[in-house]
Amino acid sequence: MAEATYSWPPRDKSEIIGKRVSRLDGMDKATGVAKYTYDVNLDNQLIVRALDCPHAHCRVKSVDASKAMQVDDVVHVHLIKPIPEEGLEIRAHGTLIAAVAAETEAAAAEGVAALEVSYEMLDVFVNDADLETAAKLKRTKPAGGGIQLDESLGEPGDDDDEQEWEDKIIQQLLDQAAHVVEGEYGVDAITHCCLEPHGATLRWNGDKLEVELSTQNVSRTDDGFAGALEITADDVDVHCDYVGGGFGSKFQPNYWGIAAAKISKKTGRPVKFMLTRDQELKIGGNRPSGFIKVRLGADSDGVVQVWDSHHWGTSGFNGSTVSVGTVPYVYVPKNYRRKATGIITDNEPSVAWRAPNHPQACALCQTAYDDLAAKMQADSLDIFLRNLANIDTAEKADLYAQQLRIGADLIGWREHWHLHGQGTRRGSVVEGLGLGIHKWGGTANSSSCQLKIHPDGGVESYCGTQDLGTGTRTVCAMVLAETFGLPIDAVKVNIGSSTFPFSGASGGSTTVGAVAESHRRAAQDAFVELAKGVAQKLNVAADSLEASAGRIGIPGGKSLSWKEACGLMGIRPLEVTSNYKRGDESLLSGSGVGGIQMARVAVDLDTGQVQLKKMVAVQDMGLVINRKTAESQIYGALIMAISYSLFEQRINDQKTGAFVNSELDHYRLPRLGDVGELVVHFHEPESERKRGVIGLGEPPVISGGAAISNAVCNATGVRVPVLPLTPKRVLDTLRTAKG
Amino acid sequence: MKNFEYAAPLTELDALELLSPEAGQTAVLAGGADLVGLMKRMVETPERVVDIGKIESIRNIERDSQNGLWVGAAVHLDEFQDHPLTVIYPAINQVIQGISSIQLQSQGTIGGELLQRPSCWYYRNGQGLLADEGQMVVEGDNRFHAILGNRGPAKFVSASRLAPAMISLGARVRVAGPGKDEEQIVDLESLYCSPQKEGQREHTLRSDQLLTHVILPADRGLLSAAYEVRHGEGPDPPLAAAAVAMEVANGVVQQAKIVLGQVAPIPWIAPAAARALRGKPLSEATAQQAGLEALSRANPLSQNEYKVQLAEVAVRRAILRAAGMTREGSKHGLPSLI
Repeated sequence: MAEATYSWPPRDKSEIIGKRVSRLDGMDKATGVAKYTYDVNLDNQLIVRALDCPHAHCRVKSVDASKAMQVDDVVHVHLIKPIPEEGLEIRAHGTLIAAVAAETEAAAAEGVAALEVSYEMLDVFVNDADLETAAKLKRTKPAGGGIQLDESLGEPGDDDDEQEWEDKIIQQLLDQAAHVVEGEYGVDAITHCCLEPHGATLRWNGDKLEVELSTQNVSRTDDGFAGALEITADDVDVHCDYVGGGFGSKFQPNYWGIAAAKISKKTGRPVKFMLTRDQELKIGGNRPSGFIKVRLGADSDGVVQVWDSHHWGTSGFNGSTVSVGTVPYVYVPKNYRRKATGIITDNEPSVAWRAPNHPQACALCQTAYDDLAAKMQADSLDIFLRNLANIDTAEKADLYAQQLRIGADLIGWREHWHLHGQGTRRGSVVEGLGLGIHKWGGTANSSSCQLKIHPDGGVESYCGTQDLGTGTRTVCAMVLAETFGLPIDAVKVNIGSSTFPFSGASGGSTTVGAVAESHRRAAQDAFVELAKGVAQKLNVAADSLEASAGRIGIPGGKSLSWKEACGLMGIRPLEVTSNYKRGDESLLSGSGVGGIQMARVAVDLDTGQVQLKKMVAVQDMGLVINRKTAESQIYGALIMAISYSLFEQRINDQKTGAFVNSELDHYRLPRLGDVGELVVHFHEPESERKRGVIGLGEPPVISGGAAISNAVCNATGVRVPVLPLTPKRVLDTLRTAKG
Repeated sequence: MKNFEYAAPLTELDALELLSPEAGQTAVLAGGADLVGLMKRMVETPERVVDIGKIESIRNIERDSQNGLWVGAAVHLDEFQDHPLTVIYPAINQVIQGISSIQLQSQGTIGGELLQRPSCWYYRNGQGLLADEGQMVVEGDNRFHAILGNRGPAKFVSASRLAPAMISLGARVRVAGPGKDEEQIVDLESLYCSPQKEGQREHTLRSDQLLTHVILPADRGLLSAAYEVRHGEGPDPPLAAAAVAMEVANGVVQQAKIVLGQVAPIPWIAPAAARALRGKPLSEATAQQAGLEALSRANPLSQNEYKVQLAEVAVRRAILRAAGMTREGSKHGLPSLI
């Protein structure tokens, strides 16, 4: 052990790694002791509220702040952007126009209400499902595409029109197919809906900016502030102990964070600027919509041989959609053509949402596979299994097959399966099963850990990472404690400050891998140093020493207590800083996971209500550090999947473009009673464990949408094409199907 | 939220003195479940908030000499539900149970629930209760709006979930004020109206009047029930709802009152549906017929035709529930009718 070849102890020798450990800060979070950015109040602070644009597309011609400045306790009015003579074009409902700083929240709100703004209205378009109208209005943008054909099909000749040749080949393949499915599917835009809105509380200390920021990027938002404020990153300290949800939307200072810093500079006072709830939903972050038209052709076994799709949707006014590279999803037939078109709508641009593109791509594509099963009057599970022939490696296909079989057992697939629409009807209720499969990368991010071991045995670590909900503190402590053979509470973990060594943003399922890398490396490096002294004292070889149960020594032989060992260092603490750089080869972390999800639903045909009865997630993730928080990640992800499948949608008024359901009383979310039974199974054969830690944050949120949509289709015998499957959509579809 | 003066009177009379005859100047705070949100959004911007939570006379549930039940307006929903004298009103308790938010049940009051403002998003987003004389709703997103009583400018749906059940049972209300000696007892349904002009409210209560009590009639052996079609288990407004109270003899309906919720700017009394039941044996077929009759004059907007079916189903299921002919579904409570 005394040589620093970074590796994990084998399964049977792990004392802490892989065990169930409650979050070290769980009680603090549950009891309100933990202070989130929103909880931070600074002496003498000003509260800022902002005016957000009530129109989706307009030009702000002028802002008159004179009346706002007359409101008692209003101190300052700040224009977010200067208004040029021709006016300032606004492209999304909710865009912040001006901010009012006041002594109290009420005064700031009154100040906002007293701002007088003149608007020039511009044309509005928000119908992201309507490709045809978008094209007519020149609201579309090409978003990529391409064709991949088996070599045996040749290439277009010199005289061929490429498009015509492709059309002909695709049509030929479809004509040759034993089964053809043509379908249209969709997923609405949703918002991140962070429980803690975006925002910051900050102050200037001389020329240095000290920021309390609700962020998933503690180490690297300083440069965003610095760039916008024309200072350097060393003059910005960012601090965040706890984040009330980010989901991909909290990587930046955002323009309101910059505004807060400017207001603070101007007024010489600390400033607290958090978005209101409706602003949070309008501009805090949203996930792009996607709609697809698919034709697929399968052989007589139901293995897809040709895929031809065009999808579109909106990422807001920047006019993109679900990434074309994710379609077709997981199953990649040898012949496919794909095309994507972005639609420019008057909405806030989307940002990363947990597993960017994948949940939509999965739901858009794997519903078509389920429709293939329905058309063939086949068992969907069999069709999903057979199409593993179209997975890029045999190993991965085998892994999915194992997972599908485990999932099937857990949900009682064979017991509950019936052909689409042919289940037993109890009163007005029918039940159904559905499934989906997914993939994700999860490469560890770069991370550094500074470790201090004191001569009295105290251990503390410093790392500029954050806890996005992952249980980061607990993971760091577990890794250190395992390495030193100490109980978890014997190590003090410090995270959440940009003054600590750099650690990457929590995005893309990279955090547990990152901190496991840096903390294990630092601990192993420190142990090498400690072991030198212990070896000398015990007169044994340093590389024969192990740390276990609070002692360092030869297994079964001579040893020193941890404290005695640390005492050998003299009066100076041992300080070690160790790094991991993203992408470096390592035994500690890996990349690339897969998983499957299955859903069993009940649908009331009279009311269109869908009730989740049970959901099963089978997931591989390499080596598990904390079984309990890993499980929590999956439970949380399943609930989010249920949410976007049955409840969540951004609703735009089609005439005015307004985001009408931007408050939580209108933006529907599931409650506990809507969630049903959730079953989580870690698929962790040794072949997976030895790949090291792989991120888990995103993958389990991906295939739930396809699984639920497919289950509803299996229950009712009709495809409700667009998520979320609201009672209205279910009833409208059933009515259309009846003719 | 705009700054305001806060008053917490201890008596009804003190409360009346604090209320302004000018609409919008004062607001009555009971549980605050609705008012606080409206004030935060500055849809309501009263100069004075009159907290009636400390007025003892409106915090009790008591029987009167005719065995009617006087329920104080400031009684919390869970207090009503837990009170031994309320078990004879299953329809009301079913609705409170369906509100299914411990916070709303324990903070919300009977009076506040009955007088809560519509959840129409145009209203809540500051476009006015009628939102451009109804045009914004007609041309906009009306998936949750009215399908009955919507030919005037009001297109929102009455928000109260308790009102249909209480009206079906024949509830009356005591209204105090405006003068200190003035009081009246009126049918609950007369509290609701469909505003014709912006600035009018969906309640007939004047801003200087106080709803003090709901008076539920004595037990007359009615079969009653409510049924709400909900999107999920949360406290969100139901998509459609109905309540029924029936006098039944030998399995045959003698009298019935059917009231729909979430379908019109007022709680929607459906006499045609009641007539369809009268003289008929209780059965799935008659319940279904009553549902169809209740919605026979429905006027769905561009996006809410589905609500017609939901309201029909709500009526049918409320009748069958009152008759004890429903079976709750399996574990997760999907109602299934056998």
